[in-house]
Amino acid sequence: MVREVAESCVDGVVMEMVAAYCGRFYAAKPELAARRIEAIGFQVGHQLSERYTMERPRFSDHLEAIKFICKDFWSELFKKQIDNLKTNHRGTFVLQDNRFRWLTRVSLDPPAESTDATDNDSAPLGDTAAQTTSMLLYFPCGLIRGALTNLGISCSVSADMSNLPACSFVVRIKT
Amino acid sequence: MPPLTAPKSGDALFASVDRVNAELFTLTYGAIVRQLLTDLEEVEEVNKQLDQMGYNIGTRLVDEFLAKSNVSRCVDFKETADVIAKLGFKMFLGVTATVTNWDAEGTSCSFVLEDNPLVDFVELPDTCQGLQYCNVLSGVIRGALEMVSMKTEVTWVRDMLRGDDAYEMRVKLIKQVPEEYPYKDDD
Repeated sequence: MVREVAESCVDGVVMEMVAAYCGRFYAAKPELAARRIEAIGFQVGHQLSERYTMERPRFSDHLEAIKFICKDFWSELFKKQIDNLKTNHRGTFVLQDNRFRWLTRVSLDPPAESTDATDNDSAPLGDTAAQTTSMLLYFPCGLIRGALTNLGISCSVSADMSNLPACSFVVRIKT
Repeated sequence: MPPLTAPKSGDALFASVDRVNAELFTLTYGAIVRQLLTDLEEVEEVNKQLDQMGYNIGTRLVDEFLAKSNVSRCVDFKETADVIAKLGFKMFLGVTATVTNWDAEGTSCSFVLEDNPLVDFVELPDTCQGLQYCNVLSGVIRGALEMVSMKTEVTWVRDMLRGDDAYEMRVKLIKQVPEEYPYKDDD
């Protein structure tokens, strides 16, 4: 049987990690905090995808690997699959989760602005709630990038949370 | 031992909460510790931060615990310790702890864990001497108890990562802050 712990344990350590990096260590340097949070996610994603793919044949192409992330990887972590996958067939994939678990308890003021989590570090963020939320998203961005990197695909991942609690992760494969 | 007042058993409690694959938790915590070691350099500082994170988590988990467990007021520290060991650990980590080594005054005891999901796949390299890897757990206990008016000190006595045969944390009750009721001014 697969070992389980309460979801609150994961929520707790992730939230406290984000709070520690944004509030205590790099309060004045959000871009540094963001990089550290992403790095932690990367590490976890890298290890998890290694474990989840142990008994699988190698993926034949990028799309197969992305589909693995959308289905198996996402299900292991969030007990649901990615709801919508889009691609421009030139190396960019948009993975949308209509109800991203880690954001279901976050509320923002109604005119929530679109915040791109990793692309515009310098973009002015409207309010602290939006900022905290975008900081929270560096972790899953890192998870996805780590998982794909372990599968031999180097890429950048950013998040778009303009329609909470839906969340889109944009994967750009480096060629 | 007085009977536990909780109507729910540890197993029922664990079954009632949302659960996730323990690997995600274990690896996430491991990655956090590793990144803290890189960024903070001093092992002592890492210990302190892990404890602080645990404390903050504990102050929130206690609410969830009280809301879901139907535990009513514990009569004393002894009963509180039993509830934490049998129900608290079970509800969140899926394991139970043993309460042992009570002192004569009934103000300090040990929680012993033989199975600890926090350390699956963990090995400490020699460069991490002095790292209290599980400090988040002791922080959680301290934070949670403080929310129910018990100020405690929690220290690690045994640690399997350092070659001991179990995990043992010592919980010492420093003071019990009496709850203040909103008495009227003229009382």
